[in-house]
Amino acid sequence: MLKVTNLNVFYGRIHALRDCSFEVNEGEIVTLIGANGAGKTTTLHCLSGLIPSQSGEIELFGQSLRGVPPNRIVELGMAQTPEGRRIFANLTVKENLEMGAYTRKDKQGIKNDLEQVFTHFPRLKERVNQIAGTLSGGEQQMLAIGRTLMSRPKLMLMDEPSMGLAPLLVKEIFSIIQDINRAGTTILLVEQNAHMALSIADRAYVLETGKIALQGDAKELAASEAVRKAYLGG
Amino acid sequence: MGILQEFLQQMVNGLALGSIYALIALGYTMVYGIVQLINFAHGDILMLGAFAGFFVLIAAPVTPLTFIVAFLVAMLVCALIGIIIERTCYKPLRSAPRINALITAIGVSMFLENGARVVPQIGPNPRQYPTLPNVNYDFGGVGVSRIQAIVFLVSISLMVVLNYMVNHTKIGKAMRAVSHDRNAGSLMGINVNRVISFTFAVGSSLAAAAGILFASAYPQVEPYMGIMPGLKAFVAAVLGGIGSIPGAMIGGFIMGIAETLTKGFISSQLADAIAFGILIIILVVKPSGILGRNVSEKV
Repeated sequence: MLKVTNLNVFYGRIHALRDCSFEVNEGEIVTLIGANGAGKTTTLHCLSGLIPSQSGEIELFGQSLRGVPPNRIVELGMAQTPEGRRIFANLTVKENLEMGAYTRKDKQGIKNDLEQVFTHFPRLKERVNQIAGTLSGGEQQMLAIGRTLMSRPKLMLMDEPSMGLAPLLVKEIFSIIQDINRAGTTILLVEQNAHMALSIADRAYVLETGKIALQGDAKELAASEAVRKAYLGG
Repeated sequence: MGILQEFLQQMVNGLALGSIYALIALGYTMVYGIVQLINFAHGDILMLGAFAGFFVLIAAPVTPLTFIVAFLVAMLVCALIGIIIERTCYKPLRSAPRINALITAIGVSMFLENGARVVPQIGPNPRQYPTLPNVNYDFGGVGVSRIQAIVFLVSISLMVVLNYMVNHTKIGKAMRAVSHDRNAGSLMGINVNRVISFTFAVGSSLAAAAGILFASAYPQVEPYMGIMPGLKAFVAAVLGGIGSIPGAMIGGFIMGIAETLTKGFISSQLADAIAFGILIIILVVKPSGILGRNVSEKV
């Protein structure tokens, strides 16, 4: 589905990603874990076309994404829930969800998906006409995820969905991520909370200072000595 | 004439003038909202709009129909000019420091003013603006001229349309979304460049309409005519809270009324001083304006 080969990204003179290669297959939950500053968000920004890569190849459904603008990438079926939620705080909950469906024209399909989002997140339905900036952090994260779902992505990129949330909410969000995956959406999940991420993922990649340091089956990585030491607190 | 009548008369004049300022201020505030740029060439777009209308109005006898055609032509021409200016002058600087784009805007402004002077069809000298024959309606000693009524009605209609568009259409919601967070907009599949172009087109066409109204109310046109209304509308946008659409409307009306009341009761020479005095006072007392949000810089 998604194949990244030898990706290199620079911020000015800083070499943020070094020869990163990874792939995501249909139906999987793949997680990209690593410490702060390892290049996780950079990777997702590059995948979504927000920042250019120096070299390397990103292929989505066999098509190169070089030079493809961000809005086209969403149309192709890869959408992102960005780090820090980035909801449109000045718009209502409903308008935020409509913006998620910006690239679509099938009115009936949009309506159905709106109902679908409300079944995932009943709390959003209660607050449908509320200004999004007044939602709590957890509700905003739900809105951010719901908004991404509205583009009906085949592959969903999620950047730190657990950030700033209480442990109970983190659990809730992760179980929803699993629901979304079971409903047929492939997921690439970026997380600092390695423990949670590895518990729901099929496969994992560990990023260290811009390089893929480890990769493999999520359960095996969770059990491995190196990962436990570095990311799971012993 | 009693003091009350005089006051009401100046209020009528102020509402007419203020509605023109409001139209212009909307362009400033929308463009600022979406690209954080004070488009100092905005007043000159008003001038180009007034001239576009002028050429229609001298080509045919002045009837209400030609007036409508003049509005449509001017708005369309200025929408295109707005898009071209954004694409060629501002877009390449979008990721540059903001001061670069600001200086470019001043450059574009000078280019348009002085470019207009050398175009033989426009030229440096003021020209009489063709307008509908004037009629005065009397409401118990308070006079409303036909052109004032037109100014007020056209401005209010355009503001109602704009308000509907921004709040209820897909492109309007996208404008608000992009003005809040451009990258998040991209991630939702919004073609951000197109939304920015559209914003310039809308702002510029409002300026064009304001240009015809302004030129009809003070019936002459010349290449520098956009500077003063442009600056005052800029003050109106800051007063209302730059980036806020209802703020621009309120600010426009306050500026218009403040100006005519000053002219009527204090001194007509002080009117401009009052306008810019207001700017200084807001910047000192409440820089975010009446409806502006206090936004701290993102790190």
